[in-house]
Amino acid sequence: MQEAMINKAKQLLADGIVDRVIGWKRGEFVYDITPAIFETAEELEKDFVYDDFTAANVSKYLVKESKKEGKILAFLKPCDTYSFNQLIKEHRVVRENVYIVGIPGGPKLDAEKIKEKGITGILSVKNENYTLKIETVYGEETMPFYEAVLDKCASCKSKKHMIYDELLGEEGDVLDSNRFDMVEKLENMTAQERYDFWREQLSKCIRCNACRNVCPACTCEKCVFDNPDSGIENKAPADSFEENMFHIIRAFHVAGRCTDCGECSRVCPQNIPLHLLNRKFIKDINTFYGEYQAGEDTTSRAPLNEYKQSDCEANIVHERGAE
Amino acid sequence: MQVNENKEFQPLIVAFCCNWCSYAGADLAGTNRLNYPDNIKIIRVPCSCRVNPMFILRAFQRGADGVILCGCHPGDCHYTSGNYFTRRRMTLLFSMLDFLGIERDRTRVEWVSAAEGAKFAATMNEFTEAVKKLGPNRRLEDLRCRKQ
Repeated sequence: MQEAMINKAKQLLADGIVDRVIGWKRGEFVYDITPAIFETAEELEKDFVYDDFTAANVSKYLVKESKKEGKILAFLKPCDTYSFNQLIKEHRVVRENVYIVGIPGGPKLDAEKIKEKGITGILSVKNENYTLKIETVYGEETMPFYEAVLDKCASCKSKKHMIYDELLGEEGDVLDSNRFDMVEKLENMTAQERYDFWREQLSKCIRCNACRNVCPACTCEKCVFDNPDSGIENKAPADSFEENMFHIIRAFHVAGRCTDCGECSRVCPQNIPLHLLNRKFIKDINTFYGEYQAGEDTTSRAPLNEYKQSDCEANIVHERGAE
Repeated sequence: MQVNENKEFQPLIVAFCCNWCSYAGADLAGTNRLNYPDNIKIIRVPCSCRVNPMFILRAFQRGADGVILCGCHPGDCHYTSGNYFTRRRMTLLFSMLDFLGIERDRTRVEWVSAAEGAKFAATMNEFTEAVKKLGPNRRLEDLRCRKQ
């Protein structure tokens, strides 16, 4: 895949259709893949990477990049195209300045899950028939591919590209995913159990703001979390209240716009399952206001930007089953 | 001599009331000399949709034990549609608070028109009783804001 992508990018650069390419390059470690801009064929040849660790969603970078001079080539996985569509809907990107090549998505790997098995000092990872051959400084190790898959890929919602100029590979389908299973499991717990679960998770938060910075829906130029008067400005949480408040507000601000790309949980250095908060909102919107998938199209109105006279009352929450 | 009456837990309740209906409803309750508990602290807002989730959370942070949001009946909004948006937002927010294990009876949305002084008083009495039963807000409090 990587070869085909480099060739495609080189060809588009040579034809003058695009001026820049946004892709990924390797950081310090093999599993440390980060988005990068390439301007020449040599740079592509040298640094461009697309492998099982390339999970980063580049849609958000296009907010800034598409406003620059010239056209940019972006390789988007199916989940990234949802985010991109949502950005078009919100007029955050200049569509004409982006050339989209759709590429097949995951499942992608989570280095943390490999490390959890006690495999450290990773030098290279190869996928051979869904067994990972991991070369480490201490020798070679193996583990099943599906035990190291990212949570967001394990409950993939769609392999279908929502928007593209060109496709590399086959067009996929919208999947029947099990993504609400964990939300349902939590809903069926008692209030005390839920409270304990979330205290345990949210108390790990160090307020690094990675979840906010990576989120393709969080694109406000002035963020409430940067405002010193908001009472929730950037600093380590001093009280459990601040942890709760940050995560409620963060999830609420993207409610109805979150495409469930799962980047928030992927980047969390503390492994907090943040996507559960977003999924709870998605699930509620689906039950209360009808099925809605953000990023599926560029014309429909977001659920929180419209209303129906027949909407349920807020007290429906209080009338729901036992505590 | 001991005064036992004062030992009962007295909750602090914040009521966001929209200027056009609920605030006038509270006024009517007053002029009709209807009783409602002094635990209720009313904050007047131009429209119920002025209240964003931060307001509710910040009220809890500053020591509220319950938050109630009152607005015009759906269809009667002074700004045509504000309360419809409130309704969607608050449904999602309350559901999220419930999801985080925070007692759902601490929050409520009630529609009170300017002519419903009696409903205002009854709602506030009932809500205060419900919050009293729950006891002090411990799950969504900020220890730094607790008064000794």
